[in-house]
Amino acid sequence: MIVQGLAFYLFAGIAVISGVMVISARNPVHSVLFLILAFFNAAGLFVLLGAEFLAMILIVVYVGAVAVMFLFVVMMLDINFAELRQGFIRYLPIGGLVGLILLVELIAVLAGWSLAPGASGSLIAAMPDPAQVSNTRALGLLIYTHYLYLFQASGIILLIAMIGAIVLTLRHRPGVRRQDIAQQVARRPEDSITLHKVPSGKGVL
Amino acid sequence: MLTIGLGHFLTVAAILFATGIFGIFLNRKNVIIILMSVELMLLAVNINLVAFSATLGDLVGQVFAMFVLTVAAAEAAIGLAILVIYFRNRGSIAVEDINLMKG
Repeated sequence: MIVQGLAFYLFAGIAVISGVMVISARNPVHSVLFLILAFFNAAGLFVLLGAEFLAMILIVVYVGAVAVMFLFVVMMLDINFAELRQGFIRYLPIGGLVGLILLVELIAVLAGWSLAPGASGSLIAAMPDPAQVSNTRALGLLIYTHYLYLFQASGIILLIAMIGAIVLTLRHRPGVRRQDIAQQVARRPEDSITLHKVPSGKGVL
Repeated sequence: MLTIGLGHFLTVAAILFATGIFGIFLNRKNVIIILMSVELMLLAVNINLVAFSATLGDLVGQVFAMFVLTVAAAEAAIGLAILVIYFRNRGSIAVEDINLMKG
């Protein structure tokens, strides 16, 4: 129990600190790296909660794909980041106020809140005993039986996102020389070769 | 103190969510950081879903968290694609410059 508590405070502390660093780092590359750290620690929290599959998915999807994509974009765009930080101080009071009010409200809700007494009696899909069925297997059984259409729909969402990203960023620049195989195949010798009779002792021209 | 319950996880999620909101206000000019703040907020939502799922013993929360993850990945891809073409056209990613449609 003590180990679990210490692990929670470690993961939660690092996650919160790196979350703050994400929004306050001077260099956006550092922001992305702190975002990766925050995701790693959130994955640790998920493991503490017994959701191993989601923890691994979080690392694979977020750290492996989304964060690397962010890193790509940050490094590809040639942006003057110092200029973008000019409103930082100006928006600090209002942003801090809104964030603080929201946090206080959320904590206030948490303080005066309790589970309804019958809440654990109305489960949709009760979690099986972790000693017998692993989290991944239980999730798979649930998704592929009761949530198959939602699963397919999320696949379609990803496909549309992929197509959308390609359509948005693909551009055909004029003046780029491309290979045209039909044109190459249809080429005849008389179109491209001319024979000159060169008199001896003189050049072609 | 060292016995971790639902409230601890919800508190962490609340702090992360407020951090995300704060980040959007703080980095009003930099769209990349705003997108990252949105990712932080979605992460906080996921922590909430998984915490409730584990406490109540109901797996549906984790299924829903997975779908949230999917939508977040799609959103990041589309957002960054829009960012890239916007930068290609205007040479800047400041939010204040995005006023062509005068909305």
